[in-house]
Amino acid sequence: MGFWLIQGLNGLALGGLLFLLSSGFSLIFGLMRVANLTHGAFFMLGAYVGLSARWAGVGFASSVLLGGLAVAVTGGLVERLILRRLVTRPPAQRTLAQVLVTLGLAFIIADGCLWLWGGDPMPLPLPAALSGAVRVGTIAFPFYRLVVVLIAVVVAAALWLGLERTRAGAMIRAGVDDMEMASGLGLPVSRLFTGVFCLGAGLAGMGGVLGGPILSVYPGLDTDMLPLALVVVILGGIGSLSGALTGSFIIGFIYTFGQALLPDLAYVILFLPMVLVLVVRPRGLFGARGA
Amino acid sequence: MKGFAVLIAAGLLAVPVVAPPYYVNVASQILIAAVFASSLNLLVGYAGLTSLGHAAYLGFAAYTVGWLTTRAGLGHLAAAVLALGLTTIMAAFFGLLALRGTGLTFLMITLALGQILWGIAYRWVSLTGGDNGLTGLTRPRPLGLDLTPPAAYYLFTLAVTAVTLAGIAMYVRSPLGAAVQGSRDQPRRLQALGHNVWMVRWLTFVLAGAAAGVAGLLFVYYNQFVAPGVLALTSSAEALLMVIAGGAGTLPGPVVGAAIVVALKTIVSTYLTRWVMLLGVVFVLIVVFMPEGIVPGLARVWRTRWRS
Repeated sequence: MGFWLIQGLNGLALGGLLFLLSSGFSLIFGLMRVANLTHGAFFMLGAYVGLSARWAGVGFASSVLLGGLAVAVTGGLVERLILRRLVTRPPAQRTLAQVLVTLGLAFIIADGCLWLWGGDPMPLPLPAALSGAVRVGTIAFPFYRLVVVLIAVVVAAALWLGLERTRAGAMIRAGVDDMEMASGLGLPVSRLFTGVFCLGAGLAGMGGVLGGPILSVYPGLDTDMLPLALVVVILGGIGSLSGALTGSFIIGFIYTFGQALLPDLAYVILFLPMVLVLVVRPRGLFGARGA
Repeated sequence: MKGFAVLIAAGLLAVPVVAPPYYVNVASQILIAAVFASSLNLLVGYAGLTSLGHAAYLGFAAYTVGWLTTRAGLGHLAAAVLALGLTTIMAAFFGLLALRGTGLTFLMITLALGQILWGIAYRWVSLTGGDNGLTGLTRPRPLGLDLTPPAAYYLFTLAVTAVTLAGIAMYVRSPLGAAVQGSRDQPRRLQALGHNVWMVRWLTFVLAGAAAGVAGLLFVYYNQFVAPGVLALTSSAEALLMVIAGGAGTLPGPVVGAAIVVALKTIVSTYLTRWVMLLGVVFVLIVVFMPEGIVPGLARVWRTRWRS
């Protein structure tokens, strides 16, 4: 019983981290039709920035914001300086060009992190206030993981409110549904793209810092997280917030229980929900349309 | 044209005679990469389907041969045939999944499938040896020939490469190959003409997987060792870079791209440890400044500079 409960909570925590990672990926994909393969690297970069901030004596919450901010700025630069140059190409070439550029940037960031921070895995230090355990009867569970779940829920709620109840959110939704029509109606497409890219990158960066104490920070964190985000988006459907949320928790649970019960096969088990969804509903559980 | 081909063939055959063993080995690596890149080119260049998980087939074939010969004690011929068969079956299955989408969906599914395979190689230690990989492989002795010396292995690789590339060329020039290119350019018209677009794509996918399996066999015999790195995203990305750099959708393009990337990697690795970063920089530069590929791109830059 204790095992199931603890692993269930671990699954929730991983799901929360995956949501921070994949909601931005899904929004960027939905709005800009860019499969941002830099997203895993953004997550790792955020984690390393947070780590350095913690080493410099910055508080945990500020480190999370700092990591998010640093990555949001990086994302903004990537969008403004590089992705923007590719928009004028014919659609067939544009998609491939964007994918290749984001992949190249992912390699640059990953190798740059390895260069600056070295190859040893390092846990991100938690403040004493967050590092205790919660006891329910005989079961002790790390308090911090509950905090991560809570933050993910708050972010999800904020994103939902932002998308559904604000003017900017309405513009983003219009852009996701029909980009041409939205720009024809005079939406500030250029600013919208940069804004969403910064937001998505920043969320991934924050997720990296928040994940640091659980996953620790190491080279290869990016390529460990990117496929999880991809599977989440394949499961949940592109450009859908509720899809990203559902997909994140499904994958969080499956991966956690897979690792606990069949550590050798944790990655194979990821396969199953993906195969199932692709066979039954190729657009994802909540996807309105294919890419 | 015929004279040109004879000249190239003579040049390739002369490599082990004129070049020292180190460069003969580099030449073997280029040939192996050329087979791998050409197989990916079937998808990227001819079918218009960008796969970021093509290392899966090379890696799976390499691991299967490694496992069958070192752990299961199979003979080389049986292991090679079985590995190619299994790789083809895997490609058939992965193709069913990946072709549930096209464009970016296809790309994400192939990437996810490739990463899952990498995860298995890395984590399922009892089967794959984990990070250490599988060691202790030997090279086969076809018809009793000893392939241990670099020159002998180079000639063996050259023969296999020639046959595989000829097969790919025949496929591309066949009516089916024309349909593949039609499915890239005008899928709806092709459908209207009564072709089964999905089937055309799937067959190409399976063939590309099988050809990458051939590259995997050459690769594992060359290294006599296989580790999870072959299945990593960088491995798939390198192959894609070869295709894009040389010129996608042309037969010689990936071969030229393979030569450039392998030579660059060999030279850079002797001086720097930052190959991955350079790979990323080359990607970004090519896409931003030379989207048509290095060779035509350099030619264009050269022309404009020359004239101005």
